[in-house]
Amino acid sequence: MVAEGELTTEAGLVVERVYGPDDLGPDHAATVGEPGSFPFTRGNHPGGYRDRLWTFRQYSGFGTPEWSNERYKLLLKEGGTGLSVAADLPTQIGYDSDDPDVEEEVGRVGVALDSLADAEILFRDIPLDQISTSWTVNGTAAIMLAFYVAVGKKQGVARSQLRGTVQNDILKEYVARGTWIWPPGPSIRLIGDSIEFCAAEVPRYNAVSVAGAHFRDAGANAAQEMAFTLQDAVTYCDEIVSRGRMTIDEFAPQVSFFFYTHNDFFEEVAKYRAGRRRWAHIVRERYGAEKASSSMFRTGVVCGGWTLQAQQPQNNIVRVAYQAMAAVLGGVQSMFTAAWDEPFALPTEESTTLALRTQQILAHETGVTRTVDPLGGSYFVESLTDAMEEKVVGIMADLEARGGMVQCIEDGYVQRLIADESAAVQRKIDSGERVIVGVNRYTSDEPAPDLAPPAMDAGARKLQLDRLAEVRRTRNTRAALAALANLRNAAQGDPNLMPYLIDCVEEYCTVGEITNELRNVWGEYQQPTVF
Amino acid sequence: MTTPVRVLVAKPGLDGHDRGAKLVARALRDAGFEVIYTGIRQKPEMIASIAVQEDVDLVGLSILSGAHLGLTRKTIEALRERGAGDIKVVVGGTVPRSDVTPLLDLGATAVFPTGSSIEMLVAEVRRITGADADSEDSSDSER
Repeated sequence: MVAEGELTTEAGLVVERVYGPDDLGPDHAATVGEPGSFPFTRGNHPGGYRDRLWTFRQYSGFGTPEWSNERYKLLLKEGGTGLSVAADLPTQIGYDSDDPDVEEEVGRVGVALDSLADAEILFRDIPLDQISTSWTVNGTAAIMLAFYVAVGKKQGVARSQLRGTVQNDILKEYVARGTWIWPPGPSIRLIGDSIEFCAAEVPRYNAVSVAGAHFRDAGANAAQEMAFTLQDAVTYCDEIVSRGRMTIDEFAPQVSFFFYTHNDFFEEVAKYRAGRRRWAHIVRERYGAEKASSSMFRTGVVCGGWTLQAQQPQNNIVRVAYQAMAAVLGGVQSMFTAAWDEPFALPTEESTTLALRTQQILAHETGVTRTVDPLGGSYFVESLTDAMEEKVVGIMADLEARGGMVQCIEDGYVQRLIADESAAVQRKIDSGERVIVGVNRYTSDEPAPDLAPPAMDAGARKLQLDRLAEVRRTRNTRAALAALANLRNAAQGDPNLMPYLIDCVEEYCTVGEITNELRNVWGEYQQPTVF
Repeated sequence: MTTPVRVLVAKPGLDGHDRGAKLVARALRDAGFEVIYTGIRQKPEMIASIAVQEDVDLVGLSILSGAHLGLTRKTIEALRERGAGDIKVVVGGTVPRSDVTPLLDLGATAVFPTGSSIEMLVAEVRRITGADADSEDSSDSER
């Protein structure tokens, strides 16, 4: 309970006037550990950013594969060090661009990918053995992974050379982001299949990026974000371990994470430090991992999102810069900094470059990378890290007691927790208790900016539809139908589906065709509506 | 006794971002409206059917994907096809300033772009639906 007049972080952790040596626990040194050693509170590697900076990975993609390919080459030329594919919603939910139900959405919030022909263009002139690629795709993640393996093959890049991450985390889609397709059971099976496949065939690819970011942006606080995410990760690990085909040490090094970094600076630092330590304990204690790399919590982050405001929008540049610094002091592995104009539309070339520059200034001008975990040992930050971990443990225990994450999602319990938190925050903003500069204090009548975001015009749309028609006309129809039939049969049994999906994409079956084949076997998820 | 004003909060298209829609649904409910929420990923025809079935006074569309022009047009058309052109439609979400007038031209009664306050939105919905300022317990409402 928080007493009257006490100050707290946004997640409700009490903050004292001042901290001193007595605030560190008796076994402080052992609890925290050294950088590069279990339980990794201070980071995964002894050298931290001295040895390797985080990856500058700007989420990008729009319209046609041609347009997005050009944007990727621009980002790489400007010093981006990894790609992050934004796919349009039809691609993420399993509809082809010519489906009449989705005509409004083609190429709008990301790039339209219908078949391998599109993926080939998306990565044209981008060497997949040198650049890593992250996919924020979940429902159709396994199909995107199949695309990537197939494009690599066409470029002559061995599977073992491919690097990157596929988000592939369906559980949070049911709660927050909404790109679910099938019910939880078969969806988790498919995630398990892709994790197994990567462990065996694509060892440098993260087969899943368990993502708290979307819980957070939907309204969860930092502690809920971390707890829900670790509980999702436990659900996926339970699935693989229960199959008995693989040990934790064979796949855990390819499990990664993804979070939002919001404004509460020290709470964010504490969140990443606490998350790293908690995950290390879970992997070792729940699953008996022996390899050190199995226990490492590796995470990407995004700065921006809900914290960005439409009022006085250039203030967002400052917000994102602080968030980015918190993430780096928390020791994250890769970062996307959102552009200041995100509340209005997709970023322009100028705003997306400025967002990248924000990270470059942080990395090369501020000096925060010179020593590992610079806030380690701070009386306050270590206390807050402990308090955050305790809160996360409590939330996870509650979810377990209620039957685990799938049950809590199907019951709408997690959705309700998030909606309650979101409403409580909104009340604080409305009352002025939580200050947002330019929104409820220091306001002005500045009009919204006039922006010219990229638009999917009729010509681009025609290009996409023409290519899809061309693919359908020129592929080997008999082989494509056979690949789909094999997939259907396999989905009815329990073999790993990844080889079947790769066969389908190499025969130029479309995302919509493959998804529908599985919809016919598995059905579609039915959402509870909680507000 | 008066009938409370009924509002349908709806998410057309494939966009799954519903933090705003849920906050608006709660705020309208707290303000005394009867609120129905469709959930995400609804087709415009489905939204129109629910609006007719539930006999609502107003449909609030929440769209953050940028597809607001097409989805608003389709929803209004679907309402008209069902003889329910009198149901008011308002639109909120990631709407650039330059799209506000086109949305009004399509037949939307009001637009709430990013940054609109909830208080203002509730007041506007009251005004549009003719709901009285204290409709929860009022017996002097004109409805």
